[in-house]
Amino acid sequence: MENKILVFLEQRNGFIKKSSFEIASYASALSQKLNATVEALTIGKEITNLQEVGNYGISKVYFYKNPELELYSSSAYKKIVSNHIKENENNLVLFSNTAMGKELSPLVAVINQGALSVDCTKLDVENDSVKVIRPVYAGKAFMTAELKGNVNVISIRPNTFPANKTSELNSEIIEKYIEDLDLSVRVTEVVKSDSKLDVTEADIIVSGGRGLKAPENFKLVEELSQLLGAATGASRAVVDAGWRPHGEQVGQTGKTVSPNLYIALGISGAIQHLAGMRSSKYIVAINKDKDAPIFQIADYGIVADLFDVVPELINELKKIRGNE
Amino acid sequence: MKLVVCVSYVPDTASKINVSLDGKTIEQAGVTYILNPYDEFAIEEALKLKEKFGGEVDIISLGGDKNKESIQKALAMGADNGILLKDDSYRDSVAIAFGLAEEIKTLNADVVLFGKQSVDYDNGIIGQLTAELLGFNCVSVVTKLDITDNKVTAEREIEGGKEIVSTSLPVVITGQKGLNEPRYASLKGIMAAKKKVITEKTPVQFESKVLIDGFTKPASKQAGKIIGTDASAAAELVRLLKDEAKVI
Repeated sequence: MENKILVFLEQRNGFIKKSSFEIASYASALSQKLNATVEALTIGKEITNLQEVGNYGISKVYFYKNPELELYSSSAYKKIVSNHIKENENNLVLFSNTAMGKELSPLVAVINQGALSVDCTKLDVENDSVKVIRPVYAGKAFMTAELKGNVNVISIRPNTFPANKTSELNSEIIEKYIEDLDLSVRVTEVVKSDSKLDVTEADIIVSGGRGLKAPENFKLVEELSQLLGAATGASRAVVDAGWRPHGEQVGQTGKTVSPNLYIALGISGAIQHLAGMRSSKYIVAINKDKDAPIFQIADYGIVADLFDVVPELINELKKIRGNE
Repeated sequence: MKLVVCVSYVPDTASKINVSLDGKTIEQAGVTYILNPYDEFAIEEALKLKEKFGGEVDIISLGGDKNKESIQKALAMGADNGILLKDDSYRDSVAIAFGLAEEIKTLNADVVLFGKQSVDYDNGIIGQLTAELLGFNCVSVVTKLDITDNKVTAEREIEGGKEIVSTSLPVVITGQKGLNEPRYASLKGIMAAKKKVITEKTPVQFESKVLIDGFTKPASKQAGKIIGTDASAAAELVRLLKDEAKVI
C-alpha cells in the first residue's frame, strides 16, 4: 500500500505553531523511512512563517485561504480538510493534539470513515500496519494500539517529537481561495488569559501548591516563572480553593504536561498530580516535608521552607543571568 | 427542550493502575469505579437548562451492567430517564459514538452533553465523534454556555486563553471544569432515583478499526538526590540545572 501522509498545520494569529512543526518534522522522517509522500495543509487568512515548513522537510503545502478563516471554525475547517483528503487520497493524517487538533481530528475521522487515535506519543508504520502508543489513565499506563482504517487519523501529543530543522527545502506553497464556507460553528473572538504562557506549551513550568499558604504568595511563583521564561502551574488544591485559575491546573483533572523542567513548590504530590507531570524530563521539588511523595519522582529535591529557598533561588538565577 | 447526557463509568482518579501479567488488560483488583468526574459538569448543565427551558433530561451510557451506577447517580442528581446500551465487548471510540448516536437519533435531542473526556482512556473525542455522526454542531471543552432561542454561545478553553464560539441548535457540548458547580444528590433525589427505571437496550453494532494490543506501565522514575535542607542549596540547584541537566 502506498502511503500518502497529510500533516495539518495549525495557525494562530497568522503563525504556524511549534507543535505543528514537530509533527511536520516527524512526518517527513517517517515518509523517508516508508518511501511515502508527505504534504501539509493549512487554513487561514495570511500566514507569516509558512515558508519555514520546508526546513522540516515538507516540500508541498496547500494553503486554503479566506479572510473569514482567520479564526477557527470547526464546520468550515473539517470540510476543507476532509475534501482535501478525499481528493488527494491521503491515508495517514496527522494533527497535533492541541485544543484545535483534539476537536477537529474526530470530525475529520468520521467524515472520512477512518480510524482515529489521539494524543499519541509514538507512531510507527510497519508492514502496512499503523501502530501507536498513547498514555492512558493520565499517564499511569500506556496503551499500544493498531489502526486498521482506510484512512488513519492520528493526533500527536505536543512536545513529544522535536521540531528538527534538517532541511533547506523551498516548499511549494499552493494557495487555494475558498469561496463556499460553512460557518455554522465559528469562533468570533479569542480572549487571552492573564498568564502569558500555557502549561501545555511551555519548556519550563513552575508550579505552586498548598505550601504557598495564601493566594498572594503566588507572586513568588510568578517571579521565578518570569525569570526562567516559564509557565505558571498549580496543584488541584489551590485551584479548588480559588487561588488560581483552572487553566493552570496540572494533574489528572487538569492538564497533563511534559516540559524539560518542572519545578514543584510546596506541592506534596498527590497521585493525580504526579500522573499529570511525571513525564517531565527534569523534576525539582522544594518542600518542607521530607516524606512528601513528590520527592520520589524528583531529580533534585530541597527539603526546606520554600519561603526561604525561593528568594535565594531567584537571587542565584539573577546572578547567572547577569553574567550571560 | 430535550436534553441528553452521555455518561461513563471510570476508575476513581485516586486508583493505582496496574497492568495484568500478560500485558493485555488493566488489573481490576483494588480499583474502585465512579461516575466520570467531567460528566458531572455535563449533567449539571443539562439540569440547569431544564430548569430554564423546561423539558427532560435523558441519561445514556454504553457499556456493561455496572455502568448503571453512573446512570443512577445522574438520576439522583435530578435527571429524568436512564438508558443503558448494554455491551460488554470492546468497542473503539468511533464504535462507541456510533452506538450512542443511533440511540440519540430516536430522542429528538436539542442539546447533547458529554464530559470533555473520560479519565480512563483520556481520549476526549466521543462527544465530537457523536456530533458528526448525528450531523449536530459541536463545541468541545466548554467552560461557559449560553442558549437563547436557537442561538448558542459557548466559551471553550484553548492554549493560553479561550475562544468564544457562536453556533446554533441542535448542538453537542463537552463540559470542562469551570462550566458550573455540580450539585450533590439530595436524599430525596437518591430515593426518587431508585424508583426510576433504567431501560436496557442493545446498541447497534459497528466495526472497531482501532484494536488494543496491550498496556505497559511507565518506567518507574528513580528518586533523585536531595541537594540540601536549607536556602543555601539554591546555588547548587542552579548549578545542577545549568551544567548537569542543561535545562536553564
